[in-house]
Amino acid sequence: MDAKISIPRELPVQEIDVYTDTRDLLAHSRREARRKGFEDWLICDIDAHHVETVSWHEIIEYIEDPVVRDQALMYQKERIGAPPYGLNGDLGLRYQDVGGRIPHQSDRREKVTETDVHRDVTLTRRAMEGFACDYMVVFPTPMLFLGMHPQPEMEVWLGRAYNRWLIDKVLSADDRIKTLAYIPFNTPKEAERTVEEFSDAKGVIGFCVTSTRYKPVHHNDYMRLYAMLQERNMPLAFHAGYHWQDPSLMTVNRFLGMHALGFAWCNIVHMTNWVLNGIPERFPNLKSIWVESGLAWVPFLMQRLDDQFLMRPSEAPQLKRLPSDYMREHCWYTSQPMETTNMKALEVTLEMINAETQLLWASDWPHFDFDVPSVIFDLPFLSEQARRNIMGLNAARIFDLKR
Amino acid sequence: METIRIGRIEDFGERDRKVIAHGDVEIGVFRVDGEFYAWHNDCAHRGGPVCQGRLYGRVEEPVAEDGTVGALRYKPGSLNIVCPWHGYEYDIRTGVNQGHPALRLRKAEVQVTNGEVYVVL
Ligand code: FES
Repeated sequence: MDAKISIPRELPVQEIDVYTDTRDLLAHSRREARRKGFEDWLICDIDAHHVETVSWHEIIEYIEDPVVRDQALMYQKERIGAPPYGLNGDLGLRYQDVGGRIPHQSDRREKVTETDVHRDVTLTRRAMEGFACDYMVVFPTPMLFLGMHPQPEMEVWLGRAYNRWLIDKVLSADDRIKTLAYIPFNTPKEAERTVEEFSDAKGVIGFCVTSTRYKPVHHNDYMRLYAMLQERNMPLAFHAGYHWQDPSLMTVNRFLGMHALGFAWCNIVHMTNWVLNGIPERFPNLKSIWVESGLAWVPFLMQRLDDQFLMRPSEAPQLKRLPSDYMREHCWYTSQPMETTNMKALEVTLEMINAETQLLWASDWPHFDFDVPSVIFDLPFLSEQARRNIMGLNAARIFDLKR
Repeated sequence: METIRIGRIEDFGERDRKVIAHGDVEIGVFRVDGEFYAWHNDCAHRGGPVCQGRLYGRVEEPVAEDGTVGALRYKPGSLNIVCPWHGYEYDIRTGVNQGHPALRLRKAEVQVTNGEVYVVL
């Protein structure tokens, strides 16, 4: 045995579980940020989540309709073991944590002792510290299913209550936390009202349609909404999700397969309608952002639509250029979950979407397939400027964020 | 070469671990079936804290002679360490990734002398 024997320090967390502090969980990301000098980089995370149902008893207080609000309050007060009032969705089909293997997706029961701000502000700040990011855009989680609700009015009530609560409790507390406000897309008039009311609210930097829904995005009913967004220079995000009860996905028995397809499928459908109906021609300055579908679907769809369009241009007469041109110049994409097992394919993908201007880094924290900022920083085929753009500068440009 | 003292053998129960930091290096030392294994705490996927993950048996799905499948089971004697960031699974004894054997954990050398467990870097 060597003469010099060192005594190491034991890590404070030996086994990560649902009680682990976010900062301990992301300590390696923080370490990488230090090594790579991220303090000199503007880093914007355009898709992260909080679990709004933890605060559901607070959110329902913001329901505007007094009768529905009372119903919600009574429901929350008197029922034990029931899902949150008014929410549809997948109840127990939430296998994202792979049977406890990925605890941060199971729950976040870490201690929060800060009392000056809402718990979700503290948790968001801890994640921002882990990623060394300057801005974080937060979205809800179970509410991503609201587009499938059998009562369109419930989407209106809950979406609006959530927006108001989020602004009051979370966005007002920290300038670095932003959102793309929830749009009740199934009710176009209410969607317009949402834009009117929340465009100037603190922390609202755009609007979001949750993509799991059976609505044609090209319907005439939505043209006023798009005009309003374009006029205000507010981007519109289509935030993907899954829907296991979708008939085409009901044959898929593994969560893995359903999740992999579902998150891309909803945006593939909406993008097809968006482009073939010439929305980018009609609203050339409206910025659409395609969130949380990864990137591999984009080259597939570009090639598929280009190929078919050239054979049937009379069915998409508004297009003056190839569908892929619109997808590259009028659409932005968040990166997560970035498919990285074939680097050549990824390189081609980034080239095809013109990533240098159109790609926005996103973590999707705290979900099981989250991405750290290093996934972009480490890409060997990008220039430093391209990496800086993707990690933050593109977002700063389209959302007009302070640098 | 540097020798790091991890602890006494009896500090480790079966399937216990110690995850330590020494300078910039983090190592997880595990005791499994009386043997010690040590791995760098950096996942081959994206550098996650793999040694701070949970231990699970390797899941398998036995296929009957007629090609049908029924229940899942844990492979007898198997043990995987699962990276808590995204769930990559590695055999705790070999460090080989379950889904893509080319991916491996980086090994650290363990020495057990006079009842003491050391890692040599
Ligand atoms: S870093 Fe370990 S699974 Fe991703």
